[in-house]
This record gives sequence, structure tokens and C-alpha cells, in this order.
Amino acid sequence: MAEIRYTKDHEWVRRDGDTLTIGITDHAQTALGDLVFIELPEPGREVAAGEACAVVESVKAASDVYAPLAGTIAAVNGAIVEDPALVNRAPEGEGWFFRLTQANPDDFAALLDEPAYRALVATL
Amino acid sequence: MTESSDALHVSPLDALHRALGARMVGFAGYAMPVSYPAGILAEHRACREEAALFDVSHMGQAELRGAEAAPALARLVPGDVIGLAPGRQRYTLLTNAAGGILDDLMVARLAEDRLFLIVNAARKVADFAHITAHMPPSVTLTEQPGRALLAFQGPKALARLAPLAPALATLRFMAVAECAIAGIPCLVSRSGYTGEDGVEISLPATATEGLARTLLALPGVLPAGLGARDLLRLEAGLCLYGQDIDETTTPVAAGLAWTIAKRRREIWDFPGGAVIRAEWQAGPTRRRVGLRLEGRAPARAGAAILADGREIGRVTSGSFSPTLNAPIAMGYVAAAFAKPGTALAVSVRERALPATVTALPFIPHHYAS
Repeated sequence: MAEIRYTKDHEWVRRDGDTLTIGITDHAQTALGDLVFIELPEPGREVAAGEACAVVESVKAASDVYAPLAGTIAAVNGAIVEDPALVNRAPEGEGWFFRLTQANPDDFAALLDEPAYRALVATL
Repeated sequence: MTESSDALHVSPLDALHRALGARMVGFAGYAMPVSYPAGILAEHRACREEAALFDVSHMGQAELRGAEAAPALARLVPGDVIGLAPGRQRYTLLTNAAGGILDDLMVARLAEDRLFLIVNAARKVADFAHITAHMPPSVTLTEQPGRALLAFQGPKALARLAPLAPALATLRFMAVAECAIAGIPCLVSRSGYTGEDGVEISLPATATEGLARTLLALPGVLPAGLGARDLLRLEAGLCLYGQDIDETTTPVAAGLAWTIAKRRREIWDFPGGAVIRAEWQAGPTRRRVGLRLEGRAPARAGAAILADGREIGRVTSGSFSPTLNAPIAMGYVAAAFAKPGTALAVSVRERALPATVTALPFIPHHYAS
């Protein structure tokens, strides 16, 4: 059964077995507005926790997407590069960004759980 | 943070914006809508295909009255204010002694002795002080803080307005008229900042929400925020003061020499006239250009513009054009690189993205005749 955690930078992380899938939250896509360009990391790249590894551009501005935890990029979602609006339509589903093989299995548990993330969004 | 948001001025439509679910931002000291729940792309599309309503009440409005009003204002701008006929409006610039641009503004002539000015929000205090300081005692500038300003723009805007204001059908591009809309006394000009046909409506602040609700109830009309407005004006190749033009840019470099009236070009009798004349005759060292980028990544203001890897200018406005489905930008480049078709590059996240100098506007204007 998949578990979902969040970061204070409004990314979600879903764990299915050994695979972590990462995207941006519905709150994030709403705040960004209509996305027009997405740049994803190269598969195989090693990233540190908090490292900027993807870029999203809305009609308003550019924003970085960060690696929620350390690991290696295992796969990226080319569909959102072709159609950035997919992230606006399905941020926490088909609009995922990349998959990560984590360096340290304990890192996942340190991320925000859903109540903690909801509480964070409520303060914004 | 609370203090600064408390200090923001509010538009007469503030409650309506919030009721419509607008995302509000601070802009030039005002809390204004950047977008509504439909989103910037839908708002942009409404303006290009149907009609969109913008609240631009943050802009400065003032009346200049007196028999000498036109010749007195003419001393501060390169435009032909004296020859401006009653019922006509003109886009012009306040220039400084160095030939820089203090602001861009609309001047409407309501009568021989009455001019109506619309200036940028961020510049209004400075503009009105500057103008007042240069008026003879017989001319009075009266700010109009009790008036709001709506822009109703799009190919269907005039048709949608027709039943509410039949007199507007005959209003020509850059004409201005005092005219009732849905019974509300308005000052209406056939102009805008989107490249589309449409009107700008100055009216008493107290009547604004009523008219806004009436216009928003018309078929196909969406409220549109500053985000869509910025995108529309960029596609239309129109300058944003503080970004594309400022005190360091001259009308010639900015591609706004067309605002220098022919008769003013004979005697250059406006602030900075000598500097601007020299630049006009010799050609500017840099020019504002349009750029179309390859790929989908937009270049933003401040990005370096490169020729053979060397910086030859900077982007002043940039975004993604929904109409062209491509990133577009405006910026200044060394004059040798300003010709449409010139292959350049723009530095985005340390990568040189290929870009081509493109004639402005990016998409044709669709103004009324």
C-alpha cells in the first residue's frame, strides 16, 4: 500500500515498495497558475535533499522544484514536458515529475505526513 | 507583512475581486487581482476571442483645466497636445532633461480648456507634482481619486456594450466621449493595453461595482487580472513603465519616436529635446526589440541577450505567448543587432537559448478604425 508524504516546498512523495514518485501538490499548482514549461532532471543524476532539480514556468514566473530527499533520479515523466498543463489538471496523479531511488531509506519517514502538510497550508 | 498589506490602497472593486475568488497581489501600492479562478490563460483567451473586464483603478487620473492647459502640458511632452482636437486622446511621454522617460500617459482633450490625463499608478504622485510645478497659475491640475477605471477589451467588447451604451458604436479608435453606460455617467475612450478593440471607462468609484457586475453578466465576458493584462500587452508589443521604459531609456531607443509629433521634431521644444534630437539624427546606440525564443522556456526580465556568446543587451519583459504557443520577450540590444531576423541567444539558467529578433507587435493589433 502506497504511503504519501509532503515537503514544506509543496512537493508530494509517494512510496510504492522501493520506488518514490515525486510531484507538486495541488496547492502548489494553484499558486503557480497555468504552467507553460517544465524542465526535468536527467535520469541517473544523483541529487541531494533540497537540491533544485526541476524547473516549472507559469505564465507569471519560474520556480524550482526540489529533491525532497537524497537519491538517484530513476525516471522522469516526459508527458508533463509535452503538456505542462497536465500538472495543473492532475498534480497528484498523472502530473508526477520524477521517480527517485533513495539513498537513505529512513529519510522518507522524516517528511511531513498529510495532517502536518495540511496544517502548513492552512497557515499560508 | 501585515503592516505592508494594511498599507496597500484598495480598489473600489476590492470586495468584488475577493468575492470572485481573485488572487490579490500588491502592485504599485494597491491590492489588485493578478488572476481569477479561471486562470491567466483563460482570461487571456477571453480577451483575444470574446471580451474581458480589467480593473485598472490603481492608475492615476487627473483633469487639467484652463485656457492654457494644452500649451502648458505640451511643454512637458513630445506629443502634439495643442493640435489634439476635443474628443480625441493621444499616447505621449513625460520626458526629463536627459531625454529619459518619466512616464507614459494618455492625454484626452475633453474641451478646449479641459484635458484628462491617465498615468501609471507607480508614477502618479511624481507625475502630478511634476506637472503641477510646471503649470501657469491659470491652469489647475485636479486629481480624481474618486474615480475608478475599468478596461473592457476584446473583439466582442463593443458589441456586448452596444445595448447599454448605443452612442459608443460610433466612437473611433483613440476617441473619447462623456457617455452613459447602463445609465451611469462615464468618460469612455476607445483604447486599451491589450492590442484588441475595446474601451477604457473612467467613472465614479461608487458606481463601479454596479457597472462591473453588469459587464461581467454579459455573455462570454470574464474578469481578467494583471497577469493576463501583462501577457496581452507583451504580445501587443506595448511597453510597461518601470520595465521596458524608464528614466534611462529615451523615446528613440524605446521605439517610441513615433510619439514625437512632426511639428515638435522641427524645434525639439520639450524636455530632453536636444539629447533626443541628437539621438534621432545619429541613431540610438541600443534599441528595444522583440525576441522569439526557440523551445518552450520563457526568458524573464533581466536575462542577458547574447550575440556569439557576448552580452549585447538585457530582456526587459518576457513570458510565454499562448497565442503563438512560444516564449516571447522584449529587451534592449546594441543597435547593430536590432534588425528583425537577427539570430541571437538569451541566457536562461546559464544556457544560451536561440532567439530571433522579431518585429513588434508579436501579434497584429485589432484596433477599431
